[in-house]
Formats: sequence, structure tokens, C-alpha cells
Amino acid sequence: MGDAEVIPLGTRGRPGRGSGSGKPSSAARSLAGSAPARKKAPRATPGSPDELQGVDHPADAQIPEQGAEVETPSGETAQGPATEETTPEQPHVPRLEVRDREPTGGIPVADWLHALSSAAVEVFGERWEQRLAELLAFLRRRLTGEFEVDEYGFDAEVTERFLLAAVRPLAQKWFRVEVRGAENIPTDGGALVVSNHSGTLPVDGLVTMVSVHDSTGRHLRPLGADLVFRMPVIGEMARKGGATLACNEDAQRMLAGGELVGVWPEGFKGIGKPYSDRYKLQRFGRGGFVSAAIRTGVPIIPCSVVGAEEIYPLVGNMPSLARLLGVPYIPITPFFPLLGPLGMVPLPSKWLIEFGEPIRTDAYDGGAADDPMLVFNVTDQVRETIQQTLYTLLMQRRSVFY
Amino acid sequence: MGRVVLVTGVSRDLGGRIARRIAADPAVERVIGVDVVPPRGDLGSVAFVRADIRNPVIAKVITGQDVDTVVHMSVQAAPHAVGGRSSMKEHNVIGTMQLLAACQKAAGLERLVVKSSSAVYGSSSRDPAMFTEDMGAKRMPRTGYAKDVLEVEGYVRGFARRRPDVAVTMLRAANSVGPRVSSPLTNYFRLPVVPTVLGYDARLQFLHESDLLGVLQHATLGGVHGTFNVAGDGVLVLSQALRRLGKPSLPVPAFAFTSLSSVSKQAGVKGLQAELADFLTFGRGVDTTRMRAVLGFQPTYTTADAFADFARTVPPGLLPRPTGALRGQDDRTPVGAGGSRG
Repeated sequence: MGDAEVIPLGTRGRPGRGSGSGKPSSAARSLAGSAPARKKAPRATPGSPDELQGVDHPADAQIPEQGAEVETPSGETAQGPATEETTPEQPHVPRLEVRDREPTGGIPVADWLHALSSAAVEVFGERWEQRLAELLAFLRRRLTGEFEVDEYGFDAEVTERFLLAAVRPLAQKWFRVEVRGAENIPTDGGALVVSNHSGTLPVDGLVTMVSVHDSTGRHLRPLGADLVFRMPVIGEMARKGGATLACNEDAQRMLAGGELVGVWPEGFKGIGKPYSDRYKLQRFGRGGFVSAAIRTGVPIIPCSVVGAEEIYPLVGNMPSLARLLGVPYIPITPFFPLLGPLGMVPLPSKWLIEFGEPIRTDAYDGGAADDPMLVFNVTDQVRETIQQTLYTLLMQRRSVFY
Repeated sequence: MGRVVLVTGVSRDLGGRIARRIAADPAVERVIGVDVVPPRGDLGSVAFVRADIRNPVIAKVITGQDVDTVVHMSVQAAPHAVGGRSSMKEHNVIGTMQLLAACQKAAGLERLVVKSSSAVYGSSSRDPAMFTEDMGAKRMPRTGYAKDVLEVEGYVRGFARRRPDVAVTMLRAANSVGPRVSSPLTNYFRLPVVPTVLGYDARLQFLHESDLLGVLQHATLGGVHGTFNVAGDGVLVLSQALRRLGKPSLPVPAFAFTSLSSVSKQAGVKGLQAELADFLTFGRGVDTTRMRAVLGFQPTYTTADAFADFARTVPPGLLPRPTGALRGQDDRTPVGAGGSRG
């Protein structure tokens, strides 16, 4: 910061120019006199090179190229009282030698180029030319619509560049997500990740998407409630992020297409449960996800998320307002709506995500999906696995926040 | 002994072209075109009979000419083409009922081909990503063309039950686009500034007009019984389609979209219809597995290619267009010789 250029306000001319005499005007004298006063100030940083320079050449303090004026703490800049105190002690004001600012030859082109290229390296890293070209190509594709979406409206480019990139710092820096058992996720072919749901807002879904993508390179395709797709902007982002409606048709279609599908069978009962019920799994829907997995013969991967319960501790609800707005609940947390938008900052709990061993369904024949008893049994098996893993993870966790 | 085909709705561009195209096929002996108004263009070897399908006269045409195949093309999508919504409804629904009543009496009838629309599936937030033929609309269409199509399909299903000896092919075609198509949707895309629904990006599927002709001809000559979705491969989202057209879009909140459409109707701007609102909000996708596997038809244009071919004929908008928008020019097939019979 020492080489920051200071552009002072004022005439910038030689002192006393207005009076026509060689003597500096009183205003200029008081300005010049303030420099020694500041160097004696006890709070001036002794080691600062600019400050030392100021001591040796007090007259140079007027020259704008020097950083001394700003380097001192702002409370000690030339102000009325400080100046009046020091002027009587210094009857002789050294004559200021002032250089006129001549227009220089400008900054050489080579310097400009160097500055630009170093800035590019700062922003894009070592392979900045390629990265910059990629970015421009990306922008052109977006502008002209020459990108591809799949039949569910999934836009891989936007998901990777915006959605995942926005959630990743939240997951890694804020929640410090620790992923375990990522090797249980198959590297190819259809699979169904079944997870617990918590946290008032479906942040756990987004974080699981990022975690799965970063540990396996595959996109987790979430199944969402129809409310998600009814809401403007959110519905659009959900489709672009790879989500589709949580119905049997879509689930089977995606699984048969070899996608890695994520489902949160607790739904709104899970994320909207009060804080006192944390880590108690709710009813697992009607087990539709199990019959979809059995019909397509894909493995079910139980996923247990610890930490999401604490991000927005739900202590109350505004049911009448929720009914008015057509949403399942309006949360009241210790900070929301008390602190307004600030209350929407999630608490920085420590997250553990564990993917359990796959539960195979390919041994069942096709008709098994229509056997309700079998479907209930498998649903219970998945639910119990997740619940037990949650308890184990909670035992291992030392504290909510680290 | 070739087939004798009766085509309804030949005064319109699509009906006239399919009639000519079927007439050019060697397996067809003669083609009779029926409509209330004479066709503007030349129908070639097609014999034109001026008759109203809302009138029992049509039964005499079918029995008198020994018609064995009826191609019903006369379900209108645009109210302004037939003089208002009530007239359109009468034409679509009552016309279909009369035609089916006449068909039921015709002993020699072997095939019935009905051009339906994927609009029967409606558009809502509860829709699956891809509709298959055995799914129904999650939210029933209550107005306009979609409701007409829904009712027409109901009558056709009733006919199929009563005449099991007739092979009934119902083609649920996705929105057709192409250089010559004029429909509410293509008029919408031709607007200089295109209003969209704020916060939603509909998934759209298109069928090129030559593929629509191709599948109708294929169904007429194939005689496969059943209901089939017909659409080009792949999906475009609305924002993407508009950018490919180079048209600026104007996002409007959903509640204002309907009133905007009525205002624009008052102002004489056609192309923004309230009944498009749901479709442009949620979009629709149809599964075309049965079209390939059972009907045996393969469209030559994908959704993106069909739209690119349509984009060539749309006056350029204010924004830059992709260079790839012109790629449809190379493989453009002359209309009527699409060679798309799979």
C-alpha cells in the first residue's frame, strides 16, 4: 500500500502564488508546518519508510507523489487545532521547494501490456489466455443461445459455472463439509441417493450436489416437489440445475437413463420440522422412490447429512401467513425475522456427509415393485440405515460448530 | 386398386399440401379434398369437394366415393382464421363429431388418421418432464385450442371403440415450426420484442413442417392403430430459442402476462394469446419412443434444427444471431419431398 499515488486537492501550485510575493501564504505555511508536527505525533508508525522520508525532507511533504499524507492515521491529518498548536513552536518555516508537475511522456506501452498481462494472471491464473478465451466463448454461447439442455432442462454449463461455483465456498469454507464414503457412489450408471432432509431451507440438497460433484465428478440430479417448479426463478434455476419433478415417471426415466438421482423422501416434513425434533427421521413418503429403484434395478445409496439441522434452528412457524402465500411453512428462527435479512445467514455448523453402502435392488424381479410389503421393507431398511448412521455421526461430532 | 383418401381442411396450407403429397404417392388411387371454402392454391390431382364437415352431406361423400381412409386435418388452432373463438369451437368439435358419425356409417372405411396436438397434455408445474402417450394432463386445459383437442380426442376414442375394425391413428404433434407455418406460436416468435413470463423458462419441443407432412403421410399409408406423440428430438428452452432468433425478450410477471395479451389483442397485434401463457410458463416435453418403435417414423429435423430453419425466415431482431442458425440451409429439403418416411 506504500506506493499508492496520492492526488491532493487544492491549487497544487507553488505556495503564495496568489500574493505575488516570494513568501508562502499563511495557508501554505500552515500546511507546510503541519508536516513536522505529524512526524512528532506519538502514534506515527516509526518503521514506515514514507514517514522517515517525511522527517528528512519536511519540505517535500507538499509534493503529491508522496504517500506520507495518507499514511498517517486519518485522525492526525492537517486539522485546525493540531496546526495551531504547533505553529508557535516553529517560527521559521523552511522554504518549500516545489516541483511543477510536468506532463510526462505517459506510461510506456510495454508497461501497459505488462500490467494487463499480470492482471490477467492474477484473475485467471497461469493459463490466462486460454481461460479468457474460454470465458469469452462461454459468454458468446449464452448470448446466442448455442448451448445444449437435456430433456429435463438441465444446463450443465450454467450449473458448473454458477450454481455449483456459488455453493462450493459455502460448503467448503462456511460449513466445512467432510464427505465420507464417496467411494460408495457408482462412477457410472443409474443410482438413487436417498438422504435425510433438514435445515428449514433445502441447503442440504445444494451442498450434497456440490459434494457429490466434487468427489465423483457426476451431477446429482435432485427430485423436487412441485412447489419448487411452481415458484418463479427458483423453479427455473432448479430445472437448469438438473432437478425434475419428484414423480414416479420422471424418477424412472432418469434412473433408466443412467443418471445419479438424489431424493429426499421426508420432503417438507423433514426440512420444516422443529429444532427439538432434530435428527429424527420423518416418514419416508410412500416409498415411491424404492419402487422406482426396483423397477429400474439401480442401487439405493443411503446418505446421512449431519450439520444441516443447526443452520436455521426452526423454533416457530407462521401458519396463517404460510397459508396465505401457499407455502408449507414460514419459519421463525432465533434470528429470523428478528434480524431481517441478516437472520437469513445460516449458522456455520460443521457438516458431515456420509454415503453408506449401496442397497442393491437388481436381485428383485420387475413385479417386486408392485409388492407393497417388499417396498415397505426396503423403505424401512433405507430409513433405518440413515437413522443409525446419523446417530453414529452425532456421537463422533465433538461440537455443533467444529 | 389403390387407396381412396379423403382429406378434410384442404383450404388451409397444411391440409392442401398433405393432400397433394398423398396424391403423389403411387399407392393412392385418388384423393378427395373437403373444405367449406375452396383452396387458394392449386391442389394438383386432388379432387375438391365443397362440403361442410358439420353437415351430414359429408357422409354421402364418404360412402359415395368409396373412401377407405379419412385424414382429419381440420382442427383449427387459430381463432382468427375461422372468425372467432365460438366459430372455431363449433368447427373443431361439432365438425369432428359429424365427421366421425359419417365415418361410423361408412362400411368401407379402413383407416382414420387424426392430427391431434400435444396441447392435450396441458402445461403445469406438476407435469412430468416427458409425457408418454398413456399419461393424461395434470391440469386439464379449460379453454381454447387445447380444450377442443381434448374433446376431439375423446370423440375419436369413442369412435375407435365402436368401430374396432378401423385402424385409428392419432398423432399428437408438437408445435410445428417452419418457413410456411403460421400458428399462434410462430406469430409469437415473430413479435419484434417478445414478452416472456418472468422467472420461468419453458421447455419447448418443435416439429418441422416437412416432418409433420411426413408423419401424416406415413400414418395414412401405414395404418398403424394407436396414439403417438410426434416431436423432433431434443429440447430448447424459451430463452435459448429467443436468443437463437436474436430477439430481445421482455420478462413480464405471470399475472400481467394475460392482461398484456388482451391489450396487445386490442392493439391489433396478433401473436400473443392468453392460452399460450401456461405453455410459455411451464413448457412441455413429450416422449417419442412409441413414434419410433411402433409407428416406425423418424423425423429428419431435430427440435433445434427445425427451429433454426424457422429462424431463417424470421426478420432478424436487435441482437446478434448465432452463426449456426443458418445451418438449416444446407440440408433443407424441398417441401413435399422430405423423404422422411421411416
